[in-house]
Amino acid sequence: MIDTIHALQTPEGVDLALRVAGPVPRALAWAVDLGLQLFGLAGVQVLIGAAFGGSGLALGLDAIVVFAVLWFYPVLFEVLGHGQTPGKRMLRIRVVQENGTPVGWASSVLRNFLLVADFLPFLYLAGLVSMCVDPSFRRLGDLAAGTLVSHADERRSAWRAGRAAVAEGPAAPPTLPLTLEEQGAVIAFAEREPLLSRERADELAGIADVLAGGEEPRSRLLAIAAWLLGRGA
Amino acid sequence: MKLAVFESRGRPRWTRLAALLTALEKGRPEAEASVDELPVLYRQLCNDLALARERELSSALVAELNDLALRGHRLLYQARTGQWHQIGAFLARDFPRAVRREWRLLVLCSAIFYGLALGIGAVVYRTPDVIYSFMSEGSVQRFEEMYDPEGGVATEVRSADDDARMFGFYIWNNVSIAFRTFASGLAFGVGTILSLVFNAFSFGLVAAHLVRVGSAQTFFGFVIAHSAFELTAMLLAGVAGMRLGLALVAPGARTRLASLRGAARQSLPILAGAGLMLVVAAGIEAFWSPRLLPPTVKYAAGAASWAIVVSWLSFSGRVSGD
Repeated sequence: MIDTIHALQTPEGVDLALRVAGPVPRALAWAVDLGLQLFGLAGVQVLIGAAFGGSGLALGLDAIVVFAVLWFYPVLFEVLGHGQTPGKRMLRIRVVQENGTPVGWASSVLRNFLLVADFLPFLYLAGLVSMCVDPSFRRLGDLAAGTLVSHADERRSAWRAGRAAVAEGPAAPPTLPLTLEEQGAVIAFAEREPLLSRERADELAGIADVLAGGEEPRSRLLAIAAWLLGRGA
Repeated sequence: MKLAVFESRGRPRWTRLAALLTALEKGRPEAEASVDELPVLYRQLCNDLALARERELSSALVAELNDLALRGHRLLYQARTGQWHQIGAFLARDFPRAVRREWRLLVLCSAIFYGLALGIGAVVYRTPDVIYSFMSEGSVQRFEEMYDPEGGVATEVRSADDDARMFGFYIWNNVSIAFRTFASGLAFGVGTILSLVFNAFSFGLVAAHLVRVGSAQTFFGFVIAHSAFELTAMLLAGVAGMRLGLALVAPGARTRLASLRGAARQSLPILAGAGLMLVVAAGIEAFWSPRLLPPTVKYAAGAASWAIVVSWLSFSGRVSGD
């Protein structure tokens, strides 16, 4: 299947699916972070200016703050903030190790310092090319550090599952025996049916009209799905 | 098993696990009392997930269980991080050892840097006008004034205020250069080499020119103490960058990706140590180097500084037979 799923196997022997994030949300998160960094630096500069005036001490402090923020802002947020800088939090993405565990200091330092290499030859071209070539959208820094960026909306999946629930309705057994895969397809159709337009649902159900036995395919498939899921008998 | 039965049996466990995970993710202390439940619930969830996937039960349910398992996996298998108390051991043992392990690259980077600096210095010393091919007249003049034995850093009494300003500037400028020198090594080492060459050029040009115009005393008196840390750290950043580049150019028996990963982990301690050395160098350069003291004192301090760096990196953390 062609999709953006990074599979990782756990010690329990089950495959977990990680949905990796592509260049667009990552670039947007980067832009948000850059804005926040500049905004924060300007704020700190005003504070330092207010405290020490235009003295050499103020300029020295400014330089140290600029250094710390530009190099260590992403590292600190990623390690202490469950893999999320404020920009990534806003875009609902998260940095994780390739095995799905939280990113550590060494990995975070590597991937963020190597952003310099991703920038080459200009405007993050190397990073973009690397992301487009790699199946898990890893830029050079990610490759070296063994990290990847995944979507982080796990808590919303329960909400999605609720929305995609099969509508209550009559249940009826299929007239033909169905393989597991076919059962899965029927159930998947029923789960997505509320999100589809009526015409599209009819069209999709029409593909399986051999199951309908002359009845209206859409409602018949929904009934079979309800039966497969254990509603009614 | 029908989905409805499966779900009604599993749902209480999943809800309990989700609540536990949410509490632990937010770091709420009351969750720690019930932390023993976590591995049990998590393993049951893995079972449920495998079963739901195998039976093609419901993709929405599989997605929900998958995401719950991801959260559990993240919490259960995370690595310990942030052992700050180890920084002493790092400086006394791990960093010097990492440097010694890369002695060949250090020799190579030193040869590139000092060789080029000496070479270009010799050229400038013999044919002084060469310097104007690389630097503008204005900046040459600025350097001349800065290290003029009759003025500049040698006689001007700098205020503590200026020292603080320069300390911040040196940290920002030098550590950033070191980090970029390292990172650009990912371009097959070319970026790192260019950075070393560039720094060697400017150092050699300025030093030779100042020697020629008679400012050797002020120049070397100024730089000798902090250069032990600063130049060595810059070379070490070069070593770390070259390690990255070499991993890609000559991966050996491994794939380029595996080789790069190993090299990145291996060079990280060197980079971290170089960064810390540059902070020390910035302190010396800002607060000690501009002090007006007799040259003998300056040179003695410089010799001590070099002796500390060389013996620290050569001997610290050795065990017998190492």
